Amino acid sequence: MGRLIIVLTVICLVATIALARVYDITKGPIAEQERLRTVSAIKAVLPAFNNDIDKDAREVVVGRDKKDRDIKIKFYTGKMDEVPVGVAFQMTAPDGYAGDISILMGVTPEGKITGIEIISQRETPGLGNKILQEVWRGEFKGRSLEDGPKLAVKKDGGEIDQFSGATISPRAVANVVKRGLEMYRKEFSHGG
Amino acid sequence: MADSDITSSEIAELQPASGTSWLNLKELSGDLVRGLWEEIPLFRLVLGTCPTLAVTTSATNGVGMGIATTFVLVASNIMISLLRKIIPDMIRIPAFIIVIASFVTIVDLMMAAFTPELHHALGIFIPLIVVNCIVLARAEAFASKNGPLRSTADGLGMGLGFTIVLILLGSLREILGNGTWFGMPALTGIMGLFNYEYQPMIVMVLPPGAFIGLGLFVALANKIEEKRKGKK
Repeated sequence: MGRLIIVLTVICLVATIALARVYDITKGPIAEQERLRTVSAIKAVLPAFNNDIDKDAREVVVGRDKKDRDIKIKFYTGKMDEVPVGVAFQMTAPDGYAGDISILMGVTPEGKITGIEIISQRETPGLGNKILQEVWRGEFKGRSLEDGPKLAVKKDGGEIDQFSGATISPRAVANVVKRGLEMYRKEFSHGG
Repeated sequence: MADSDITSSEIAELQPASGTSWLNLKELSGDLVRGLWEEIPLFRLVLGTCPTLAVTTSATNGVGMGIATTFVLVASNIMISLLRKIIPDMIRIPAFIIVIASFVTIVDLMMAAFTPELHHALGIFIPLIVVNCIVLARAEAFASKNGPLRSTADGLGMGLGFTIVLILLGSLREILGNGTWFGMPALTGIMGLFNYEYQPMIVMVLPPGAFIGLGLFVALANKIEEKRKGKK
């Protein structure tokens, strides 16, 4: 009996030490990869900028969820020679066809969209996941809240294309973009 | 010299599985090849189908999952084979699982750090290699009874067999379901030459396509095996 306990304990101990070592080694690269992903997505949605995007980011509490926790959104401001060219931030659409769709959107100081990137989605391959296509995402470029009802899929009376057989995914993205713009206006309209 | 050669080969013949001479190439190659056809995990043993069905939406995913599983198989086989005399019989399963889970976590972290794209695509299925029954099956059926060298060969063979099937299934599903192969235009390219747009068979990249594809492959493998046996 004693031997069983000792052997299993030793095996667990060795495994723990080995895993701790690997975790230490990979911690840096994993964080770096994560940062690169964010930065490359930000570069894709914003016009050219040359400031340190991480430094000029700020987190804003935009509301409270059902469990009374803060909903935070990180706004990344891109600046070209100290002149702000746009703000990028992540939004999540809860009403995708297969769960949440997270997007990163870039907005100019005038409130116009400079681009959107899909960060994560699980929509149906070949149907809903056409939202990944660059051509479709490009339809959002230059739109703002002034477009009013036009910023919606065609089925809802807007100008954004939907896909045959898949309306839910594009609609979710269009709605979340609109919500993002509204939030942007609320946060940045007063001189920000 | 000649005398000792004869005796060693005689012993090997008497006890083929016990591995008295620790470097027996014929035995090793046998262990390696067995995983490639005779006991090829997905076709003949039909083990490890869950991750197979889930990740083979593209050939690249198949390669990634195959390599990750092969690494875990070889590493855990070696470790368990080395520990086989230390681990008491009663606690062998928990001990095996700890060894396997540790290697899977190592692979998971390494892939996240150095191949982030692949890690992103395979997602939850990397940690799930722990419960891939091929790995535990080889630990229990082979590594716990044989030396480290033979266990390495066995792990490598089984892993390669698994990888080959994943690539086959991933290729079939990607070519039919998306028109591409390893991300390069395959059917889309061919159809493009004749100015047609390829309409992908979406069903192939959806879950049902995985079942259809694997079913067809297993049927084909059974047919080939039947023919092979008939000839003998």
